[in-house]
Amino acid sequence: MFFWQLVLSGLSIGSLYAVVGLGIVLLYRTSRVLNFAHGDLAMVTTMIAYSLLTSAGVVFAGSVALTLLAAFALGSLFYFIVIRPVKEATLLGQIITTAGFALVLGGAAVVIWGAGTKALPFPLSRFRFYDVFGLRIDQLTIGSFIVSVITMLLLYLLVQKTKFGLAMRAVSQNDAAARVLGIPVRRVYAVTWGVSAVLGAIGGLLLAPVTFVSPTMMFDPFLKGFAAAVLGGLDSLPGVIIGGVILGVVENVFGGYVSTAFKSTVAFVMIIAVLLVRPEGLLGRKFQRRV
Amino acid sequence: MRENHGGAGPLLEVRNVSLQFGGIAALTDVNLTVHPGELMSVIGPNGAGKTSLFNCITGLYRPTAGDIFFGGRRINGLTADRIAALGIARTFQNIELFSHMTTLDNLLLGRHLHMRAGFFDAAFATRRWWRNEVAQRRRVEEIMDMLDLQSVRHRRVASLPYGMQKLVEVGRALATEPRLLLLDEPSAGMTEEEKADLVFTIRDVQEELGIAVVLGGDDLRMVMEISQRIVVLDRGRVIADDVPAVVQKDPKVIEAYLGEEAMDPARGA
Repeated sequence: MFFWQLVLSGLSIGSLYAVVGLGIVLLYRTSRVLNFAHGDLAMVTTMIAYSLLTSAGVVFAGSVALTLLAAFALGSLFYFIVIRPVKEATLLGQIITTAGFALVLGGAAVVIWGAGTKALPFPLSRFRFYDVFGLRIDQLTIGSFIVSVITMLLLYLLVQKTKFGLAMRAVSQNDAAARVLGIPVRRVYAVTWGVSAVLGAIGGLLLAPVTFVSPTMMFDPFLKGFAAAVLGGLDSLPGVIIGGVILGVVENVFGGYVSTAFKSTVAFVMIIAVLLVRPEGLLGRKFQRRV
Repeated sequence: MRENHGGAGPLLEVRNVSLQFGGIAALTDVNLTVHPGELMSVIGPNGAGKTSLFNCITGLYRPTAGDIFFGGRRINGLTADRIAALGIARTFQNIELFSHMTTLDNLLLGRHLHMRAGFFDAAFATRRWWRNEVAQRRRVEEIMDMLDLQSVRHRRVASLPYGMQKLVEVGRALATEPRLLLLDEPSAGMTEEEKADLVFTIRDVQEELGIAVVLGGDDLRMVMEISQRIVVLDRGRVIADDVPAVVQKDPKVIEAYLGEEAMDPARGA
């Protein structure tokens, strides 16, 4: 029973890693840019949610809606004012730019909201339990699992079934060809950045009741989301979900039986082991140079 | 600024276009006119500027000077996707396909401009979504029939023979329903048999679909055989613009090609 208890909560936290990681992968797939500001963007949007809920006194649902809108705007704005001007730079240059922007966001958050830790008023509780198949699960765990799954389904629809998703796949494979077919490449990139930031914001909001709100709150979740993406394959959306779930379950089970202090370490050791065998990740496409 | 030439005017007008990369002049003062439904060619020795010209017309490059009008509307300065939406499609010299997708998907992407599949429609698979999906697929089927691509519809394009990939690219361009089709060296790397087929295809496109075609000429024999008019570029300048029979005997053209290849249509390129 204890084992399944650990698996279940691992599943829930893993699905949050997956949501955070999905934002990273979505962007990487489309533009080959690894966004090191992903976590800090999510942190800033969570801060915005905090302000809306506390100082502005907006109701929860309204705050969430506004926060997601703000995340989308921030993400696409980031593309237009930071990434697009350096589009002539190498890919590595663009990636470093995102890392720099992460520092800017982190600093700005300290200036605006302070370095302290705050509690985000959240409607789901960690201390109200339900009985599911003989397992005791708290409201928050169930809630974040359900929200993650819905998020994934919506993303699936967006990527696989809509005109925009098709355009995104086209842009990722051949920029020039996409443009001459009438695909507005710039808009596709901007929307992709926006959607990626929304995914980060959803992750941030669901993590906030556990990690609390602070400028460093997304450091660990970002790292885990990134690890989930690498484990599953950086260019595979199903891959990052599987990666996130494996990561969450392994670290939780290890934490439960052996040591909580080393649970992250074990997760990363496992990732290293997998990458030694499959460098492209579990579901990733084999690396090949374009000729 | 805008001029309206009406239905009888030229479809495409390139006026005094120059293009410079740093100090290098890729195009100098190029003038060119394409009439609706016309089949013409732009030829020239390697590096003459054919691809640069195509890139300017389709908005991938911005001309340093001069103007380009399409259907009477100035298009230089518009983004590539806007120009595509106006009705100019192209293929590339070095095949630019979505190589990890199937033939069918590549052609469907050509329908992007005509698609109406928003998030709401997709989520609930509305009637509108289905109707649109069916319409797009029907149009793509017609093009695949025309180009004989049915047998490779579910093959990943990267695994197709070179000549076939070129055809997929033509099909994808046609799927956008253009009024003007620019083909950049379509027969390069094709076998003689494939080239012969291509001639028929290009004629079909021009005669049956009424699309104006500009051929970025590679194979001189083919160009001479099917073009109504030929523009010859040499080092970024237009040195001849006339019917094939005249262009062929133009001393300037022969000189430009000397050392490259003889202007003998019987031997081809």
